[in-house]
Amino acid sequence: MRLTCPHCGERDLREFTYGGAALTRPEGDWSPIWDEYVHLRENPAGRSREFWQHGAGCSAWLVVERDTVTHDIHAVTEAGA
Amino acid sequence: MRFGALRILKEGLTGNRGWGPHWRDPEPKPAYDIVIIGGGGHGLATAFYLAREHGLTNVAVLEKGYIGGGNVGRNTTIVRANYFLPGNSEFYSHSLKLWERMESDLNYNVMHSQRGIINLFHSDGQRDAIVRRGNAMINQGDDAILLDREALRKKLPYLNFDSGRFPIHGGLYHPRGGTARHDAVAWGFARGASDRGVDIIQNCEVTGIDTEAGRVTGVQTTRGAIRARKVAIVTAGRSGQVASLAGLRLPIESHVLQAFVTEGLKPVIDNVVTFGMGHFYISQSDKGGLVFGGDLDFYPSYAQRGNLPTVEHVMEAGMTLMPMIGRARVLRSWGGIMDMTPDGSPIIDKAPVEGLYLDCGWCYGGFKAVPGSGFALAHLLATDRPHDSAAGFRLDRFETGRGLMDEEGKGAQHNLH
Repeated sequence: MRLTCPHCGERDLREFTYGGAALTRPEGDWSPIWDEYVHLRENPAGRSREFWQHGAGCSAWLVVERDTVTHDIHAVTEAGA
Repeated sequence: MRFGALRILKEGLTGNRGWGPHWRDPEPKPAYDIVIIGGGGHGLATAFYLAREHGLTNVAVLEKGYIGGGNVGRNTTIVRANYFLPGNSEFYSHSLKLWERMESDLNYNVMHSQRGIINLFHSDGQRDAIVRRGNAMINQGDDAILLDREALRKKLPYLNFDSGRFPIHGGLYHPRGGTARHDAVAWGFARGASDRGVDIIQNCEVTGIDTEAGRVTGVQTTRGAIRARKVAIVTAGRSGQVASLAGLRLPIESHVLQAFVTEGLKPVIDNVVTFGMGHFYISQSDKGGLVFGGDLDFYPSYAQRGNLPTVEHVMEAGMTLMPMIGRARVLRSWGGIMDMTPDGSPIIDKAPVEGLYLDCGWCYGGFKAVPGSGFALAHLLATDRPHDSAAGFRLDRFETGRGLMDEEGKGAQHNLH
């Protein structure tokens, strides 16, 4: 598996760290929505949207669309872009 | 058919023509009292204990593939009870006791070998943590012996004791830990359950979970609809997909854990050894292969294979700990799908749907839990009350924050264990 960083190009997997499912952080105080955000997962077998960080490169946080069954990478964009 | 020395002798003298299939291969019936989704170790053990402890035999185990083809045949076969936290400690202690009588309970040779597990430590801080863990194990009634460097040197002379980076200061010896033949565990429980009347149905994938007014009424499968009063999801890494059939989301991410085996060698590693600093553990199978592994790849995967960075990391850790294995050639590697929970501990509980039960979240420790998990889930299915040994494995502990069991002290969030 290799990831293509939008800043640095195609790089070795060793440079990246998985940072969890790409979910939207809820607003406000504790509510069941926070439990869902922190704990519950779609856990898809197939296409998945995930955060990764290019820690050994440009340090950018990325949103990676990846297939969890084939390990194919479909899209990499900068998080928050 | 009972196995015994005389029978083996007779069969050996008559060309082994008298052995038959170990379990029945029935057609699914239209309805059962209890349907267990997943014919892995945990599902089969659940069926066995339902029949033996509770006399419930109108039970089906539905397996998508074949018996022994899932995680029960894709692990590193280690059996131990060296957990620290209340909740885990009593469960694995009970599970190990079930292991110790499994072969006579099942009349099946699962090659359970209590060769001992040694967890190494490499710093004063790790020594303190290991002493504390050992005391917790002794308080639980299990066995733990602290080995100093000299005692360890006699036992494991092949380790690199003088590594500048990770000097070995000693180890925690758990003599009742060991290994077992994983396929035989699946076959033995399948045979034990089938002999008692449970239907084990292979090549039968569950494609839907039927509910009516918030209550489970049965399942849809590739071999037709099956009605059931109670349905248990015991599908390890696939728990998320199967639970979604009932409209549930679980606190689980499925990750890949790799393992490796070398060519067969003469006996060289007598115990199970774990490296306290480098995510590496190793034992030697009875065929002679060195069986070893390390950490997760640390990204979600259903591929049943991992990537090279983790392979490299595991090999480096192995070479750091015991340089002699550099001469052995790796034959095979494989990946298993691990159902990782936020706190790294499992779930045996009722689901929020009436009549639906969950047994999942075994992370990378499911094999040793096979009998304990089956025993506890059978108890829950039969009585609707958790068994004492598994009362801590609640589904709601993440939502409430009460009773989290984070053995590694990393926090109760995904991707930390």
